[in-house]
Amino acid sequence: MEAAAHEHHHHHGPVVDLNPAAWTDPKRYAWLLGLIVPLLPFIAWSLVALTGLGVFWFYGPFLVFVIFPLLDAIVGLDAENPPDSIVKWLEQDRYYRWCTYVFIPVQYAGLVFACYMWADGGLSTVDGIGLALTMGMVSGIAINTAHELGHKRASLEKWLSKVALAQSGYGHFFIEHNRGHHVRVATPEDPASARLGESFWAFLPRTVSGSLGSAWGIERARLERGGHSAWSIHNDILQAWAMTVGLFAVLAIAFGPVVLPYLLLQAVLGFSLLEVVNYLEHYGLLRGKKEDGRYERCLPQHSWNSNNVASNVLLYHLQRHSDHHANPTRRYQALRHVDEAPQLPTGYAGMIVLAWFPPLWRRVMDRRLLDHYEGDVSRANIQPRARRRLLARYGGGAA
Amino acid sequence: MSAFRCPACGYTYDERQGNPREGFAPGTPWSEVPDDWHCPDCGVRDKVDFEPVDGDE
Repeated sequence: MEAAAHEHHHHHGPVVDLNPAAWTDPKRYAWLLGLIVPLLPFIAWSLVALTGLGVFWFYGPFLVFVIFPLLDAIVGLDAENPPDSIVKWLEQDRYYRWCTYVFIPVQYAGLVFACYMWADGGLSTVDGIGLALTMGMVSGIAINTAHELGHKRASLEKWLSKVALAQSGYGHFFIEHNRGHHVRVATPEDPASARLGESFWAFLPRTVSGSLGSAWGIERARLERGGHSAWSIHNDILQAWAMTVGLFAVLAIAFGPVVLPYLLLQAVLGFSLLEVVNYLEHYGLLRGKKEDGRYERCLPQHSWNSNNVASNVLLYHLQRHSDHHANPTRRYQALRHVDEAPQLPTGYAGMIVLAWFPPLWRRVMDRRLLDHYEGDVSRANIQPRARRRLLARYGGGAA
Repeated sequence: MSAFRCPACGYTYDERQGNPREGFAPGTPWSEVPDDWHCPDCGVRDKVDFEPVDGDE
């Protein structure tokens, strides 16, 4: 590894004045904390066993929506970047990808355990729902792990991505995200980019149905170019959904159909958690159009970022979102803070909770968005229905 | 036969190999790849942004 680092160092020649071996990654072992998420059902069970309190079956949402926003406030920010010269070296260090690979077996061990508890654990309905909420957090954050893996070129990682998505039934995500969202991000054409004046509750059905339709269209176009029908075995969406159907069927056969409503509930919660993150990542941001009618390429100012350490460790640097959109195949450990990117007032965990309450969200975010556009609301991605009202309120420009 | 590279991520479309997964059989000339096709690896840049690769890489 030392040799590879030096090779890289020499390769880049005069600009690099730093020995990569001298730089240590302060977050290196913190990434293991991401495994807290797939361990959640076991942690919840332990807490219930220790305290005798069934309320700890709800530990998952408590951790994500209460503890993590508090941790973000306490632990604070970290804008440190790995030096440019070692980004490649950092990316080839296999330790980091194993942190994401290991997530998946733990995730499925937890799902089997949860099914056992729902079927034979003697849980009350309320406790069962609590465990389903906890499993929904695993499901949703597994989409984040799938996201990290699905952007990679290696077929093993693409396959692991599909596996991680099976629990939420959101297998079309890695098609739509990579080939739809990344292409049309921060434009009105992207179902997963939220608009100024659009509440999360209006965004949710639009993104869920729009992403599904878009994913299908992208996959159909790919298959038809190769002379296949959309309804073929080569369809990645159908393959991924078949995994979910197979998974739920096996679990229902093994533990009884009693697990199905819980599985359904955790899946819906899982993809809703993903979609609320989509909501806040690009809220109101808009790419300009060039003279030829195409959108300018996605720039750092087209994503909301956060350097809150706790949420960043939980989500594999997802909050360094501008660098992710500039370099989608870059591995999480090497993603950088970008100064030009608009910053959220707190980490994603806290912003998720805020997004559930549209009046609070608007109070915090609309002003921030307007400041980002130097007061010119017409430069924002505006919800068409609210356009006239927002232009009147914020004194819009010519548009 | 020539090759074209995505300026964002370095993915290279080589006409000799095409990209069968994307529906472009080996030997498919760049001119037959539709203009609205995006880089299959990063999705950041479109076909029209790709740069010709010199030499036999």
